[in-house]
Amino acid sequence: MDFTQLIFYVAAGLAVVSSLLMITRKNPVFSAMFLIVALFSIATIFVLLGAHFLAALQVIVYAGAIMVLFLFVIMLLNLGHDFEPDIRGRLGWAFMGGLGLVLFAEILTAVQGAPGDAGGDVLTPWFEAKGVVAGVAEPLFRDYAVAVEITGVLLLVAMVGAVVIARREA
Amino acid sequence: MVGPPVVPALVALAQEAAQSAEAAHQAAYVPFLPSWMILLPFLGFLFNGAVGFFAPQQRKLVSVVGPGVLGLAALIAVVNLVMLAGVHDAEAVIRSYFVWIDIGQLRIDAALQLDQLSILMAVVVTVVSFIIHVYSIGYMGADPGYARYFSYLNLFVFFMLVLVLAANFPIMFIGWEGVGLCSYLLIGFWFTQGEKAEAGQKAFVVNRIGDFGFLMAMFALYAYLGTLDFHTVFEMAPRAFEYGGAAVTLITLFLFLGCTGKSAQIPLYVWLPDAMDGPTPVSALIHAATMVTAGVYLVARSGVLFALAPISMNVVAVIGAVTALFAGTIAVMQFDIKRVIAYSTISQLGYMFLAVGVGAFTAGIFHLGTHAFFKALLFMASGAVIHAMHHALEHAGEPAGEDMTQDMRNMGGLRSHLPTTFKTAWVAALALAGVFPFAGFFSKDEIIWSAGAAGQTVLWAIGIATALLTAGYITRWLVMVFHGENRMGREVRGYLHEAPLVMTGALVVLAIGSVVTGWVNIPEALPLLPEFTWLHGFLHPSFEAAEHILVEHLGEPAHAAPVGGGEGVWAIISTVAALAVIVIVFNALRAKKYRPAAEAVEPSGPAGLLYHKYYVDEVYETLILRPFRGICRFSWRVIDQVVIDGVAVNGTAYATRFFGWIVSRLQTGQVGTYALIVVLGVLVFLGFVTL
Amino acid sequence: MVTEALILSGLLFTIGAAGVLIRRNAIVMFMCIELMLNAVNLSFIAISRQVGVSAQLFVIFVMTVAAAEAAVGLAIIISIFRHYSSVDVRNFRLLRW
Repeated sequence: MDFTQLIFYVAAGLAVVSSLLMITRKNPVFSAMFLIVALFSIATIFVLLGAHFLAALQVIVYAGAIMVLFLFVIMLLNLGHDFEPDIRGRLGWAFMGGLGLVLFAEILTAVQGAPGDAGGDVLTPWFEAKGVVAGVAEPLFRDYAVAVEITGVLLLVAMVGAVVIARREA
Repeated sequence: MVGPPVVPALVALAQEAAQSAEAAHQAAYVPFLPSWMILLPFLGFLFNGAVGFFAPQQRKLVSVVGPGVLGLAALIAVVNLVMLAGVHDAEAVIRSYFVWIDIGQLRIDAALQLDQLSILMAVVVTVVSFIIHVYSIGYMGADPGYARYFSYLNLFVFFMLVLVLAANFPIMFIGWEGVGLCSYLLIGFWFTQGEKAEAGQKAFVVNRIGDFGFLMAMFALYAYLGTLDFHTVFEMAPRAFEYGGAAVTLITLFLFLGCTGKSAQIPLYVWLPDAMDGPTPVSALIHAATMVTAGVYLVARSGVLFALAPISMNVVAVIGAVTALFAGTIAVMQFDIKRVIAYSTISQLGYMFLAVGVGAFTAGIFHLGTHAFFKALLFMASGAVIHAMHHALEHAGEPAGEDMTQDMRNMGGLRSHLPTTFKTAWVAALALAGVFPFAGFFSKDEIIWSAGAAGQTVLWAIGIATALLTAGYITRWLVMVFHGENRMGREVRGYLHEAPLVMTGALVVLAIGSVVTGWVNIPEALPLLPEFTWLHGFLHPSFEAAEHILVEHLGEPAHAAPVGGGEGVWAIISTVAALAVIVIVFNALRAKKYRPAAEAVEPSGPAGLLYHKYYVDEVYETLILRPFRGICRFSWRVIDQVVIDGVAVNGTAYATRFFGWIVSRLQTGQVGTYALIVVLGVLVFLGFVTL
Repeated sequence: MVTEALILSGLLFTIGAAGVLIRRNAIVMFMCIELMLNAVNLSFIAISRQVGVSAQLFVIFVMTVAAAEAAVGLAIIISIFRHYSSVDVRNFRLLRW
């Protein structure tokens, strides 16, 4: 087990533990905090898997912007205390846990069909040739230019929609 | 990426001008400002269109700009022709300005092909257009839509030049559709009169049938060859297509379907006589000299493809010959001054197709060029007559509708009132009849000779018969309009006057053209004349490949008519026969009394059959249009209203609402339930996929 | 390491899904969805080693869509909260016949 793998397992463990904590904490603020920890751990794994630029995006966009938005809303709605009991009872736990186990088992079966590490590595030579950012940007703005444009429209619509929905009725 | 093409186009323009100046003295042919030739009419269109829109009273400006841009374009075209003629067997120059379409394997440039054929066509188009533009100053002078008229006319010339100068089929198709549009706009120029707007629509709709053929041909070409550039297509075709194979036959037949629409051949000729509802200069320019010859140009341009498809060649030749005879017979019994010439145009276009159909591409283009002059002249002489009739009737306070001004039974004896028109009309008529030494003699003789030399005895005979028929009906036309006694009232007669100088000047110029344009290709076989086959040599590079294929598969053309005798003998026979027909018809009809149109009885018997144009319009109405309307009504009443609206649309809605009501009982409105169902669904799905 | 990352991705996805089912607080459910999206992103990143950089581009699009979704979703939550003074999904039951 070399150093990289060590980091991977540490980050993976941290991600799993913190996401479990996220779904079990009663206080939504705690949940949000643990989700941020999980997202950071996932960003670490992104780096290990060679997606440096996306790791940065993950930290900035997800852990930064989106989660701040969540926290902001939680605070705004004053949900940080006096929370209602929102977690199902024991029976619900057992049922949902069972479902989760089945789902995980199925996913594991699916993963076994994947080629794994033996499938080779085309990413590292690509980034070495193009650079970490340009390697992502070039195909993005060349092959997926239309998708980028459409995504821009989507963001605009989302922005307008958010403003309209959250507006206090006059 | 498709950027705004304006900037690169401007840059290309500047570079091109520089190159032209720099390389003018070199041996190879360097086109002189080819893009300006096209752009000038377009600028004229924009300018005149703007004037028509914002200041319709600015006639002086329009009178200068409208014909002026055409004059410059004609100048450029002539300069190019001279330059090109100075280079022996010059290679075609392809100027690409920008990439128009670039999708997958398909790449279409906005490109011009400048070679002998296209430049010759451009010269014919621009020169004739220029003359007709000048003529229009006089003819349309009093019309409220003066600026609009000139903008359409400029736009037409722009599209026509795009058509003839295009370097690939799609660009040519733009021109092809564009001239169709302008034709529609100009036929229906006086759109407030119902039947004129309808004539425009008829032309438009009939042309769509032809365009379908053109499009299918393009699709097929692309499917087989993967390109639509003329240069590449004609280079690849002999290797890619088997001689006489189904593919190339189909493609060329589709192309020819397009030609029958645009060039008014059987069975799609019916729009052209009705197109005479437009202003007369338009009839001269679009429906005689230029646009309708586009089909001939297309066949000549695609000569390689047609040469590879002997069946299509025969179809072209037969349709051409039959149309020539058919339309010629109809022309004999028409009384409308313009309809006679319209059917004559159809007939002459038939000659051109006969020529290209027997592989005599040069002869076809030759006749196209000479015909442009003398037929434009005939139309414009008619225009001068109508102009005079209209003014006379108006001054006399009588109704001046077209049934009055255009009916030859109301004319007669106009020679003393319209002396210049009278003389030029005779020149044009002699040229049309194919009398030596007028232009039509050389071109028509070459076509008939080529048909005979290709071994098509029947078509050759039809050609000769039609030539005599032509001499007959055009003499009848001359006699009815200009000779004999005038059949108008005394009062009206006093107001008849010759057209203004811009109109008669244009007539004279065209009359000169109707004489001399024949002299560019004098075959060696004619006695007493020097051999001067300049046109043949000039066009040789354009048709070399096609003629090579023809010779390879069909052998050298014969050097004797099917019934014996050389070209010279038959040329003399035909011109003497034409003269004889003219003299006979002239003497027979001069004494004949016609009643004015208002009192005339409809001809009956065989003459009635011709008068009613063989009832072709009625047959089309009964066989095609009426059943089609029936089908339309059935689709509307039964299929659309009952099946689609009732069963399909409303029925679907009712069914959906019913089942929706049932399913809506499952909705709890609880997010948690939905999430649970989604997860269960995912579980089941994944289970199926993985296990 | 790719296989391990895929397994981790599956585990996180399962946890997120379970969270959605267990919780009734709309905001926390929402966060669980974000976790599920991230798990998917992780699997994209993992296989991008073999299929090339285009897999990473999908992650960018997923992130963008997630951002848009967060904006609209939170706006909806705010608007609902204004109405019910609660974010408990059991209260939202108008969306039925």
